[in-house]
Amino acid sequence: MTKRTIIPFGPQHPVLPEPIHLDLVLEDEKVVEAIPSVGFIHRGLEKLVEKKDFQDYVYVAERICGICSFIHGMTYCIAVEEVMKLDVPERAQYLRVIWSELSRIHSHLLWLGLMADSFGFESLFMHTWRLREAILDIIEETTGGRVIFGSSKVGGVRKDVSDEKLKLIVEKLKKYEKEIKEITDVFVHDASVKHRLVGVGILSKNDAYTLGAVGPTARGSGVSQDMRKLGYAAYRNINFEPIVETAGDCYARCMVRVRELFQSIDMISQAVNKIQAGPIEVKVTGTPNGEFFARTEQPRGEVIYYAKADGDKFLKRLRVRTPTFANIPALLKVLPGSSLADVPVLILTIDPCISCTER
Amino acid sequence: MIEEQKLINIEVKELQERVKEFYGQGFRLVQICCTKLAEGLELNYSFDKNFEFINLRINLAVANVEVPSVSNIYWNAFLYENELHDLFGINIKNMAIDYKGSFYRTAVKWPFNPPLDTAKGEGKND
Repeated sequence: MTKRTIIPFGPQHPVLPEPIHLDLVLEDEKVVEAIPSVGFIHRGLEKLVEKKDFQDYVYVAERICGICSFIHGMTYCIAVEEVMKLDVPERAQYLRVIWSELSRIHSHLLWLGLMADSFGFESLFMHTWRLREAILDIIEETTGGRVIFGSSKVGGVRKDVSDEKLKLIVEKLKKYEKEIKEITDVFVHDASVKHRLVGVGILSKNDAYTLGAVGPTARGSGVSQDMRKLGYAAYRNINFEPIVETAGDCYARCMVRVRELFQSIDMISQAVNKIQAGPIEVKVTGTPNGEFFARTEQPRGEVIYYAKADGDKFLKRLRVRTPTFANIPALLKVLPGSSLADVPVLILTIDPCISCTER
Repeated sequence: MIEEQKLINIEVKELQERVKEFYGQGFRLVQICCTKLAEGLELNYSFDKNFEFINLRINLAVANVEVPSVSNIYWNAFLYENELHDLFGINIKNMAIDYKGSFYRTAVKWPFNPPLDTAKGEGKND
């Protein structure tokens, strides 16, 4: 019988920018079992809602994650707005779509860079992040921030963007689209990339669904599930279909993100064409009383904000179920049977965000 | 409203059967969470199928803090259940993977865990 070895993977590891730990049980070089541990940097931000005014908490929600910060803040706002039955103005809804999709583009470019780095393709990593900087510049132009936007608020958005600037953004994105195509073609066609990704870490459609996988992890296995189809913000007015790949391997999950880059650019273009002049916020009076589960689509998948209030200015409960938390079981499913050398790549293909998970 | 969200109140003893029904109908387990109430705790088990969102709700009295695991039906439930144990002190029976209180490797043990013998007042470390 082959001798079994347990290798601790993380919480500090070159491929992990944030701490998560896996106990990997190996037989020679093959993983036979993986047990995860989290909580190294648990911040208790859900608990903080009991001591922060419900309107002020948006700033905390945005700081749950430094990559999809805007969508965190927006989803919190949606949860409270649904509880309070607020009618958010149409222009604010479109601006939320535009900022959400800019977030998705920069997040996917960040992930592609990290993925290139994980299999040692350093120049590809640098080019990907060069393009991400250009997207961050657009975000900075429209919100004043590159990481924390501070632009969402309960009842609408805090900042407007002129129609001229919105058209300029679309022009810039069309220009960047060509550069993104050049870079992503390497991910699509390069033999060395395919060698590390094709056929590695296959997650079946049935497993992806029953294990509760979300986002590109689920869609890479053929599960056509995208919370934007719920129609929150102005997504009900945007034409799109979820990007789905069927192979279920690392390459398929990568291809979903590559294709979503172009889809997001198209969605921003649609939103800019449809946005109308008007107010960007509605006045908020009173305090929330009730409960709602807000579900939106982050770059990593479905995020849930459960808000429960009893008429006080402090919420009674805020629960945040992040996509990375939902994707851990799928990761544990694909790790057994894989080579130890593939573990960093496999972990990266769920695009783990431990900052989100350690809310 | 973005979507209709159904809420079904059940007893702890019904949990396994109701969750099996959802599994059989092709729902996915979206999340499990707990809310601390003035008296006791409230559990929400959320399911989704083609954007049909349904919650099973259980109200736990103080003396009734033992809940059967549903990880035998939805394996991914073990993560949520270990979280409930570590953050709220709920005793979940027969989890697929039981971390026995070490799922959250915080420096302070179970910081949000209320005393098990009473739901009144704050947890010991609040």
